[in-house]
Amino acid sequence: MKNKNQSLMQPLQDFYQQYQLEFKYGLIAGIMVLFVGVIGMLESFQNREVIRDFMTLAQILLLGPAFVTGVLIVRRKSENNDALISKLTSALVIGLLTALPTLILVFLNAQVFEDLRSIFVNVNRNWVEVVTFDNDSLLIGSGLVALAMAGLSLSGGIIASLPRKISRAILMALTFTITIGVFGQTVGLILNQLLPEDVLDAIFRRDVLLQEPAMILFGLSLVGAFIWSYGSEPINQQYQAMPKQNQSIVRLIGLGLFSALLLALPFIVGRALSDTAVTIGLFVLMGLGLNIAIGLAGLLDLGYVTNYAVGAYLMAALTSRGPLGLSSEITAWLNSFMPITFGEQFINFWLVLPIAILAAMLTGFLFALPVLKMRGDYLAIATLGFGEIIGKLVISDWFSPVIGGAQGIQFIPKPEFFGTTLSNPEQLYYVVLAACILTLYVSVRLNNSRTGRQWMAVREDEDVAAAMGIDVPRAKLLAFTLSAATGGLAGAIFAAKVGSVFPNSFTVFVSINVLSLIIVGGIGSNPGVFIGALVLIGMPELLREFSDYRFLIYGALLIFMMVNRPEGLWPSKIRQREIRTDLETDPTLKAKQSTSA
Amino acid sequence: MKLRIFGDNFSLVDFIINVLRVVIIVLVIVGVSNTIMSGRFTVAQYINLFVAGLAQGSIYALIALGYTLVYGILLMINFAHGEVFMAGAFTAVFLAQAMDRSGFLDSAPIIAIPLLILFAGVISATVAVLLERIAYRPLRDSPRLVPLITAIGASFFLQYTFRGFYGSGFKSYPTVDALQGNFTFGEINIPIVQVFVFGIALVLMAGLYLLVEKTKIGKAMRAVSEDKEVARLMGINVDFIILVTFAIGGFLAGAAGVVNGLFRPQGVNFFMGFIPGIKAFTAAVLGGIGNVPGAMLGGLFLGVIEALGPNLVLAGLGVPGANQLKDVIAFTMLVLVLIFRPQGILGERLSETKA
Repeated sequence: MKNKNQSLMQPLQDFYQQYQLEFKYGLIAGIMVLFVGVIGMLESFQNREVIRDFMTLAQILLLGPAFVTGVLIVRRKSENNDALISKLTSALVIGLLTALPTLILVFLNAQVFEDLRSIFVNVNRNWVEVVTFDNDSLLIGSGLVALAMAGLSLSGGIIASLPRKISRAILMALTFTITIGVFGQTVGLILNQLLPEDVLDAIFRRDVLLQEPAMILFGLSLVGAFIWSYGSEPINQQYQAMPKQNQSIVRLIGLGLFSALLLALPFIVGRALSDTAVTIGLFVLMGLGLNIAIGLAGLLDLGYVTNYAVGAYLMAALTSRGPLGLSSEITAWLNSFMPITFGEQFINFWLVLPIAILAAMLTGFLFALPVLKMRGDYLAIATLGFGEIIGKLVISDWFSPVIGGAQGIQFIPKPEFFGTTLSNPEQLYYVVLAACILTLYVSVRLNNSRTGRQWMAVREDEDVAAAMGIDVPRAKLLAFTLSAATGGLAGAIFAAKVGSVFPNSFTVFVSINVLSLIIVGGIGSNPGVFIGALVLIGMPELLREFSDYRFLIYGALLIFMMVNRPEGLWPSKIRQREIRTDLETDPTLKAKQSTSA
Repeated sequence: MKLRIFGDNFSLVDFIINVLRVVIIVLVIVGVSNTIMSGRFTVAQYINLFVAGLAQGSIYALIALGYTLVYGILLMINFAHGEVFMAGAFTAVFLAQAMDRSGFLDSAPIIAIPLLILFAGVISATVAVLLERIAYRPLRDSPRLVPLITAIGASFFLQYTFRGFYGSGFKSYPTVDALQGNFTFGEINIPIVQVFVFGIALVLMAGLYLLVEKTKIGKAMRAVSEDKEVARLMGINVDFIILVTFAIGGFLAGAAGVVNGLFRPQGVNFFMGFIPGIKAFTAAVLGGIGNVPGAMLGGLFLGVIEALGPNLVLAGLGVPGANQLKDVIAFTMLVLVLIFRPQGILGERLSETKA
């Protein structure tokens, strides 16, 4: 009996053995496509056109995975020097497999279940429209989708089997063009400041890239990518061959250009994007601060929002002109015994800013005291607990006479700077920029200081650090206190920017936001914070459709980064070195890397 | 930070922690005595609160078991466990509503409720197993914070996944006719549903106890939690046992989801798991993480404290709106346990080298 069974299963098993990799890749991509459909991403991106009358964001999400897996499988197979035809067959098989799970659900939805929508809210007519290319017949539509996926996977495979430099150039140009299309609104807003209206209209119509400009853009970027892939190496060699002095001059010029760009940003991008830039800047501030605790000292602080809330509420309570504001009381009290009389505007943004920072530092210090002796994971949960306690207290009746409960505090005046009120985002941008640069400077100096090295020692091993004569509790306290400072700074600026504070702005999500941007950028890396904030805060602000799925994407990114790239997008040099030496000295790690790659 | 004022080994941190300890004890004593002196509540009311606390606590205990089982084996905090609970509760609400519409739930609750529990348990177990397989397994040898960060990511990923699946609105469980009404003893009225919830939790915990202590799988689980390497040498499939552990923890969390739905029908949505998850973690630490009876005890203890705390302590201290601060009590409990007794009431079931 057993033998017979085995002989029956044998061909199937052989088939599976032969195409194991294809099955794996195809089904993963297929489940991804199914997933983005069922959670409603396809539906909400349906009306977002990337290239006018040619491609929507939903179609990119639907068909993109097939293309990418096509590229990946052929690259993987090229390592084994497989024949071209076998590589392309794999790509084709994968394309079809990618379509399979979604099409099964389309069939089930139409034939078997009467009302799947009452449970899975996004398995609805719009979804069916997207996954069948809006075809009247489900059969023809799903056939077309399967064909399109197979075709795209195949073309991905063909591109990947071209010589390395050419395929890279094509992929780069493709990514670039699609990125411009996806961020059409943003690009349009920027170009609006630079180009005359009629030129802009020829490229974008209602924020959507037109077809011909898209082709021209693709062509241009292809040329650029070719030049890059053939020219970057010689240039790099030339740079390396230069004397050290000239290298630093080149670097200085680069830095100068970058700072000029940063300074001129509000004029280039206009009001709406300046507002986004301010938000990004606030998160950069918090990221730089939290990076001291997480990146340098290895203290996973999940209650960082506390510092942000302290800064914001202090700014609000002290400067507000509303019923809850204390400014007139404090001025009156001061005037009652001081020899000079303070005016109405005595308590302003600039006076409260340092107070807010100090208050946040005090909070950080106080909350750090009880948790100093905890080990890493308990510390994370305890700080999360602190954050939640503060969140609940802020909204409770107990404190509402002081900070307004759910109504919050309103009428916070904008900062004034030598007579001008900094009321619009373009002006506030410079406040945030100055704060960021100052914080960056402090953080870089700390990184290279004795204290910074102490933190790193504590991060790596507390016991050894203590044995080396480092006062571990002191180092930790300092890390918490300093990291809290920028949280308070960001909160204070936030309060002045928005003009009112509500408990809803200070939930655990802020902490998670900051944590995610640090992880994505690279733990302990300062440039990483900028990259992370740009990607994680900037993207959902620019792509409104994404903001519904913001935390879904953050979660997926956290998992993905921890599993595949724990050092982040822009790793700090020390981390990079650590990971590399680990690989060199530890053979098991190296073996793991090579199997997983 | 050493201050050399009071002799050699005086540390500021210890001093402050001790001050904190005294302040909290004084506050609790003052609050409790104020409330009792004021005679705000009758004995019957206290008993009612206590029983409601036990019922709520048994739900925490069921979730806490998942934390404790996983921690005992992998030494990691499965931060996403609250979302495993949510997955079962949120999915089973559709089945419960369907059962209610067809009248099955009211006509044969004795079959329908176990079916619901089984369904939610299987869903949650599946989610937990997928979580282990996809997110945690690749990180098994990483530094401790890496799996924790992954788990935080997984927690938010799951929340928004289920939000995408079932929408962001609130759902509610149907009420079961058989569970309405009270047991009455003189002045004391005890809702039947609370007794029922407590009973189900006890049955499930007894089942878990038998599984861990009396079966081969349970033996293997204990072996793996002692020493993975040696267990592997003894021929135990460690990866499989870890999966089983996640599945059992997930099943209990899913069951807790349904039980919670019977106890508090409202408020089923994608975010419902976050707060109970943290509270259940508190319960697990309270009992001594890694310690199975500890988690049960810790859950009940936390439930009772949460029920009595606001009225007994905070109201006595003159805090307005004390009942809003239930969660604050629970989180304060969490922080206090982590500060003063991280090994829990019954002690962590871990050797020194592991901790």
